[in-house]
Amino acid sequence: MSRPELQAPPEIYYGDTEAKKYTQNTRNQQIQADMTYRALELLSLPEDEPAFLLDIGCGSGLSGEILDEEGYMWAGVDIAPSMLEVALEREVEGDLFLQDIGQGFGFRPGSFDGAISISVLQWLLNAETSHPTSSPPHRLNRFFTTLHSALKNPSRAVFQFYPSSDDQIQLITSIAQKAGFGGGIVVDYPNSNKARKVFLCLFVGGGGGQQQVPKGLDGEEGEDSKARFENRRQKTTKDKNGKRKNVKVIDRDWILKKKELYRKRGKESVPRDSKFTGRKRRPVF
Amino acid sequence: MVRLITHNLLACHAKGCTSNNFPLAFSNVQIEIREAEFNPEFLKNFIPKIEWKALVDTARQLGDTSLPLEQPEMIDDDFLKNLHHVLLETHVEEGVMTCPNCKHEYPISNGIPNMLLAEHEIG
Ligand SMILES: C[S@@+](CC[C@H](N)C(=O)[O-])C[C@H]1O[C@@H](n2cnc3c(N)ncnc32)[C@H](O)[C@@H]1O
Ligand SMILES: [Zn+2]
Repeated sequence: MSRPELQAPPEIYYGDTEAKKYTQNTRNQQIQADMTYRALELLSLPEDEPAFLLDIGCGSGLSGEILDEEGYMWAGVDIAPSMLEVALEREVEGDLFLQDIGQGFGFRPGSFDGAISISVLQWLLNAETSHPTSSPPHRLNRFFTTLHSALKNPSRAVFQFYPSSDDQIQLITSIAQKAGFGGGIVVDYPNSNKARKVFLCLFVGGGGGQQQVPKGLDGEEGEDSKARFENRRQKTTKDKNGKRKNVKVIDRDWILKKKELYRKRGKESVPRDSKFTGRKRRPVF
Repeated sequence: MVRLITHNLLACHAKGCTSNNFPLAFSNVQIEIREAEFNPEFLKNFIPKIEWKALVDTARQLGDTSLPLEQPEMIDDDFLKNLHHVLLETHVEEGVMTCPNCKHEYPISNGIPNMLLAEHEIG
């Protein structure tokens, strides 16, 4: 199966069934938790100041539960109603917003002491329609500009994401820079195919090189996570005989049916159908 | 689950709506009070971020008159407890938030505000 972000728009891909599956999968919980703890470490918040954080693409609240446990106050935004519903069921403490981060934020300047985002940014690299505001660079620009202003000075935003090429990394970092951020890419376990993790660490303010891009992790842990990642792959996509299971066909008809269903159930914000609905999704490069 | 803490940070983000776009006005609201752990350190840290008038006006509109019109200089425990209740225990579950400038309506359902914009409203 190709990457989720190439299959369908996020609010469709993470429908009721997938949102539950995603959230209940213990291996997935573990991986998202590990990356959340690592992101918090990279945020390096001052210890004595209780912080108010933004969770970008908070989904069903897997990271949010950790933020709760760690004693942070937070707000989360996500575009998938079904993921947010699961977050409600799991009674996370943070405030939740149905929001498309590619449309930008309206938070007042300096609202947040930091931001994290786990496994989300790659979703911004696909165009949904042919409208100019729908192009990935436009959306990234709107996202980073409004995020930059919503963060206090100095602070950080840490994103774990799955880029599929160096060009994508280049596009994202250059737009973040133009929006005023400092910082850069941190790669954990760069030499392990499976455990390799990419973090974008962005800094607001802090002037004069005071904020240095942290070092990536390396060494033995990588082997552990590597095994874990491989196991996970086998579990979720292959059955005992090595055959794929649960391969659902996401085509135009299926998406239109889902959208119709959502509309009936009062999810008003379902994007309008366009001739692009259900087309093959490709990264911009 | 819109607590007043987040409402106090939220301005309208529709295209071209950059002034007089805060605070979003509540209407037809359903409120729920949920107890939360009192954290005076967090509150003290957060006070500088608050738009005081917007907070007091909104709280009063929702029936809570515990906060003084002027932000007090002396911060005592009583004040912090009232602030805690307004900011972190008052949840708007249903209703609408309307931008005072462009009149865009952000509906709240199940405690979740719908911040999505139509294509022509995207900046
Ligand atoms: C792999 S999930 C990660 C969820 C959560 N951060 C976690 O770690 O469990 C990706 C999430 O990104 C959200 N997402 C994708 N594109 C988005 C967008 N444009 N705006 C807001 N959320 C988006 C999806 O709805 C989904 O919940
Ligand atoms: Zn407005």
